[in-house]
Amino acid sequence: MNTLQNFSKGLVRENPVLVLVLGTCPTLATSTSIVNALGMGAAATVVLLCSNVVISALRKVIPDKVRIPCYIVLIAGFVTMVQMLVKAFAPALDAALGIYLPLIVVNCIILGRAEMFANKNKIFDSAVDALGMGAGFTLALSLMALIREVFGNGTFFGMPVPVLSDNHMSILTMAPGGFFVFGLLIAAVNKFSAHKPKKKNFGCTDCPSASVCPQACGSGEEEAHD
Amino acid sequence: MTKLIIILLSAVFINNYVLSRFLGICPFLGVSKKLDSATGMSLAVIFVMLMATAATWPIQTYLLDPNGLGYLQTIVFILVIAALVQLVEIVLKRYMPSLHKSLGVYLPLITTNCAVLGVTILNIDEGYTFPEAMVNSLGSGLGFFLAMVMFSGVRSVLEASDVPKSFRGLPITLTAAAIVSLSFLGFGGVIENLFA
Repeated sequence: MNTLQNFSKGLVRENPVLVLVLGTCPTLATSTSIVNALGMGAAATVVLLCSNVVISALRKVIPDKVRIPCYIVLIAGFVTMVQMLVKAFAPALDAALGIYLPLIVVNCIILGRAEMFANKNKIFDSAVDALGMGAGFTLALSLMALIREVFGNGTFFGMPVPVLSDNHMSILTMAPGGFFVFGLLIAAVNKFSAHKPKKKNFGCTDCPSASVCPQACGSGEEEAHD
Repeated sequence: MTKLIIILLSAVFINNYVLSRFLGICPFLGVSKKLDSATGMSLAVIFVMLMATAATWPIQTYLLDPNGLGYLQTIVFILVIAALVQLVEIVLKRYMPSLHKSLGVYLPLITTNCAVLGVTILNIDEGYTFPEAMVNSLGSGLGFFLAMVMFSGVRSVLEASDVPKSFRGLPITLTAAAIVSLSFLGFGGVIENLFA
């Protein structure tokens, strides 16, 4: 796999949000406006890049048995750094993202990439993978935010959109709208990727931590859907 | 006392963790297919939320804040929760094997559940006292339970229905979640006025 393919797989073919369905919580919560979505995407990308690079560099040092706690500590450290930087330089973004900024720690995308990619690949490849996945996350988030902000609030980057600003559907910026727009987007992805074999099915077995909790995949297991 | 009741009710209905704060969406979508697994998962979440709050609130108030280490919150809390979940699992396995049998399978999943980390951080952010924090955690857990149990009912109906091809699986589930979440919007403003 060359570098370009490695980067672009995160954007479309293995988009972390729309295809792998990871990191749903921040996607739903921070996609109410485009600025928030870009901020969340950038914060998560920085954490992902740092954690992928460091985990890849330490992949021969970290003992296999305690790798998950090690990854979590590393990720939490980077999240704290990003949190402090955002607090210092973009206090408005910090207020808008609120609780979801520290919760990047438990974002499945980051632990998932560490487990699936960074601990098996070289530093450079891991960095490219992180950038691709981060860009894919930001792209999906911005797409959702675009729909929710333009139709729900009648604005685009805070500027009023003609016609829509007088006739906006506020429900889209509220919680139900988040679920609804996300459902529509995934349906659209299913529609247009119908001819390709599906890479991943949503469910317990595909959870990035499935390997550490094999017993958890009993009753909660999803059957494959298309 | 009134304040505690308001905190409890608003955590269950208005600021429902799953349906209005979007925390714990993964288990909500992944484990809500059957009623018994939804119940087991929610009970484990309530249990861990209470334990985690009981552990992290004193750590933040008596250890981190007086020493100017507040910025370590994220890293300390996630480690405490991870250690706690392991500990709870070991204790349950040894002393309460029957409870371990019903809740145990869900425990490892909870470490990376953002609802648990979320509730511990929110308790600090909101400036709750210890009893208030515990009540808020209980309410959040009960809200999670309510959402899971309600939604597993919705999903069992969805199973039998004929869904357009591209909506099968996750999209129709999310659309149904949107409708369930819509019903919870109706609670807004009710609880404040209940005690006014």
